[in-house]
Amino acid sequence: MKYFPHTQQDIQQMLEVAGLKSMDELFGEIPQQLLFNREFNLPEAMSEVEIRNYFEALGKRNSDLVCFAGAGVEDHYSPSVIAPIISRGEFLTAYTPYQPEISQGTLQYIFEYQSMICELTGMDVTNASMYDGTTATAEAMMMCVAIAKKRNKVLVSATVDPKVKRVVETYAKYQGVVIETIADKEGVTDLADLEAKLAADDVAGVILAQPNFYGIVEDYTGVADMCHAKKAQLVMNAKLSALAVLKTPAEWGADIACGDAQSLGIPMTYGGPYVGYLACTNAHVRKLPGRIVGATTDVDGKRAFVLTLQAREQHIRREKANSNICSNQSLMALWVTIYMSVMGNKGLNDACSLSYSGAHYLAQQLVATGKCTMAYDKPFFNEFAVKTTVPAQQVLEALLANGILGGVRIADDTLLVCVTEQRSKAEMDKFVEIVSNI
Amino acid sequence: MSTILEGLYYAESHEYVKVEGEFGYVGITDYAQHELGNVVYVDMPDVDDEVTAGEDFGAVESVKAASDLISPVSGTVVEVNEALNDNPELVNSDPYANWIIKVQLSDPSEVENLMDAEAYKAAIGE
Amino acid sequence: MIRNYDKLIFELSKEGRTGYSLPKNELKEQYCICQLPANLKRESAPGLPEVTEFDVVRHYTNLSNKNFGVDTGFYPLGSCTMKYNPRINEEISALPSFARLHPAAPIEAAQGALEVYYNLAESLAEISGLGAFTLNPYAGAHGELTGLMIMRSYHMQRGDLKRTKVIVPDSAHGTNPASAAVCGLQIVEVKSTANGTVDVEDLKPLLDDTVAGIMMTNPNTLGIFETEIPEIARLVHECGGLLYYDGANLNAVLGKCRPGDMGFDIMHINLHKTFSTPHGGGGPGDGPVGVRAGLEALLPNPQVKKDADGKYYIDTDDKSAGYVSNFLGNFAVLLRAYTYILTLGRENVKMVGPLAVLNANYVKESLKNEYYLPIEGVCKHEFVFDGLADKSTGVTTLDIAKRLLDYGYHAPTIYFPLLFHQSIMIEPTETESKETLDEFIAVMKKVAAEAIENPDIVKSAPHSTPVRRLDETTAARFPKTTYKQLKG
Repeated sequence: MKYFPHTQQDIQQMLEVAGLKSMDELFGEIPQQLLFNREFNLPEAMSEVEIRNYFEALGKRNSDLVCFAGAGVEDHYSPSVIAPIISRGEFLTAYTPYQPEISQGTLQYIFEYQSMICELTGMDVTNASMYDGTTATAEAMMMCVAIAKKRNKVLVSATVDPKVKRVVETYAKYQGVVIETIADKEGVTDLADLEAKLAADDVAGVILAQPNFYGIVEDYTGVADMCHAKKAQLVMNAKLSALAVLKTPAEWGADIACGDAQSLGIPMTYGGPYVGYLACTNAHVRKLPGRIVGATTDVDGKRAFVLTLQAREQHIRREKANSNICSNQSLMALWVTIYMSVMGNKGLNDACSLSYSGAHYLAQQLVATGKCTMAYDKPFFNEFAVKTTVPAQQVLEALLANGILGGVRIADDTLLVCVTEQRSKAEMDKFVEIVSNI
Repeated sequence: MSTILEGLYYAESHEYVKVEGEFGYVGITDYAQHELGNVVYVDMPDVDDEVTAGEDFGAVESVKAASDLISPVSGTVVEVNEALNDNPELVNSDPYANWIIKVQLSDPSEVENLMDAEAYKAAIGE
Repeated sequence: MIRNYDKLIFELSKEGRTGYSLPKNELKEQYCICQLPANLKRESAPGLPEVTEFDVVRHYTNLSNKNFGVDTGFYPLGSCTMKYNPRINEEISALPSFARLHPAAPIEAAQGALEVYYNLAESLAEISGLGAFTLNPYAGAHGELTGLMIMRSYHMQRGDLKRTKVIVPDSAHGTNPASAAVCGLQIVEVKSTANGTVDVEDLKPLLDDTVAGIMMTNPNTLGIFETEIPEIARLVHECGGLLYYDGANLNAVLGKCRPGDMGFDIMHINLHKTFSTPHGGGGPGDGPVGVRAGLEALLPNPQVKKDADGKYYIDTDDKSAGYVSNFLGNFAVLLRAYTYILTLGRENVKMVGPLAVLNANYVKESLKNEYYLPIEGVCKHEFVFDGLADKSTGVTTLDIAKRLLDYGYHAPTIYFPLLFHQSIMIEPTETESKETLDEFIAVMKKVAAEAIENPDIVKSAPHSTPVRRLDETTAARFPKTTYKQLKG
């Protein structure tokens, strides 16, 4: 076995040093009835050749589709330089940087990640990642409750991605936090309903999305004041790639920004790994869970980076920590850091511009077929909801037959369609042609 | 040798209370700050919060440790030492001058359950 | 030279440089993003670096040179199972046929991916002796939280609402109590005996009808097998509680005994420990959670199932403990772990634990004269020294750890478990050769000798690393966590 370096002679010599006669003696104290004595019901060892063939065959049972699906996961351009850097063993096979003297590579890229996330969101401080956008939002909910101390109700807009909401609800259920939904009015958050639900002075936080689940860019003018007047924290789940253009959570007055960073060039890979982000104002840094890297100096005065504010965390605070999160998704934080470095502000803007133009072109062309109407008349970014005259499932099937993943069905007659910078006009025209022929 | 001031009341969990009229100033002892090392943050309650003798009201953090603050007395927080927000190291330099919270005592007789300077000195083995 | 590289990517920035290329926007005239209402747009541009692609490659390559990984050298980090991370796993995890798959792809278009999920879950169930697995949780801590949600749901669905206590050994990792608290459970600590195992006599009085369950790892954080586990399982089950197995130390018994056979009801596995997926500087990992037969419905949604025709599908169950992730976990990590299991095969999986345990005992016995071994006897995959045997030197565990960096080793886990003041926890894993261990043993002995002969060189270590000991106090008192704050 190529992963085991032990020769028979090694084993004998090592057993001798350990004062043992056989390998079985290594487990001699374990009660007999607990020892596993049969063969595992697993395949026999495969060679590398067989492994490659096996997974290639499995891969053929997945369809390679032209992707117009979004709903939180989008098919973005991933620059070629990222994967080779990510797979350098010094990054790939390192542990959490607990020994800063030999982990400056990891610590510095995390510092750069934090800097860039704060630039995009406008927030003061961010942690070094969460698992994904759904759990980041759940942690934001927990932060709100911790900040409020004596309140345990959090409001979530109906325009937040239901996949996010159901994770928030799961975490809330076990903590006795009450989640209430703010109604949706023509595709956007019903601000009158929000104001009414804030009136009782018992809300710890309000969770909104930007762009929202329907791809609409909501106008949150006045919302932060409304929340803050009632001592509720404003949480904004925002798509990072769009923040190169859109008003930032900080500019809207949010206390906490969170979401998924998948839109920053991370491959879709059937749901992960991605990386979540969670950022906040300076006022709440002590309630921010997870790893944070800070700049400092070493004994020679050299600039260096180190995990800081650790006394907040689970390994020290144990049951009093605000979260149980440990290290997570670090390599994916490096992924998006390299992505943001390569793209820069100009690249992100160009990608937004392409996605925006494509989405608006496709929306208009689909409406022109007569088979679709816009579900909402609101400003959208690179994703939009259309009502279909035939069942949405039928539309998706027709597209699938032509190698196109046409979107995500969100109601029997409604389709959520997403366009990224990777979609060409020819692909969109083919999409339109198939729909018009239904 | 840790500094232990006469006239203060001490808890087993190394907090002290200095009573002035109906108020008590609560902080951590010199022994505690020494054990904890460089203090980097003091997590304090809000003014008007209620504290209860024997229950925690905050925490003191060093780089890699955190210690709960257990209130030696009950009452209402009337003031917190805001200076500690920007300069937590004050707890190290003079823990008795740099109390953490000022409490309006709801039951001044509670201090009778605490140790005096001599008993505390014995308790920490000095 | 390269190790002295000290630039931030921001410091390479020069206005006008770019590192990307994108297609021309043919639709820009008619469908311009400038049409977006002005009040929805950000006021100032984000301060991202302006660098070339080559700048980026060189910068991050230079940063990587300031890092230490398993590929660099021996990593005896206790409880972290830093074994070799095979490259074939990486190759498979990046296959375009999986990487390009959107989670909303219809199941007909994702049968290959679903088969990977299903087969890996089945393999883990066989290896651990439990009934069924979810692979949705993203990490060990996340799996732990998910497992506790399942534990609570089990009691809640039986209408047994008063069971909100979870018993945790005092030697447990801090994540255990933190996870329990996040799940709304209260912690009760059970003491360890002098040899580090759960004190059954201390456990008995804790068991009543408010106990939801107990969290244990076996072997425990001292590398000691809890031989009384059948009795503990009997007692906990008798009182109506469930047993949770923290899979952090599963590598110790892999192929030798199974948590399911020990009596555990729920467990999580750290794929990035036991199943060789890379740690990545702190993730992504994955934290599959298994349950014994009868509890399958409680696994988080969505669930992957196979119908009578062998077709895979995605299901949800009303009894589920809930949703804990975006979709089906860190899928690329699952590909790596499954590749590893297939590479090992049935004949080699069973050798992982024994060889890991052999390596640990070899190192322990070779060093116990120089370092104080508080608990004698055969250990499992790891063991704990309580500092140097010679207590007169003034050299601490931290100093020893830092001195090892000078000699090209990662430090062991230090000051954990908390049962000893000067814990040094060493886990060599099965993929290290006798020669590597011999060299490490020689260096550990050399450091012990230095502690006596020249303690100052140990106390001021490291000397040869890219940076030396850091001012962590200032970092925590006056946090500077972004480039903007650093510039002031």
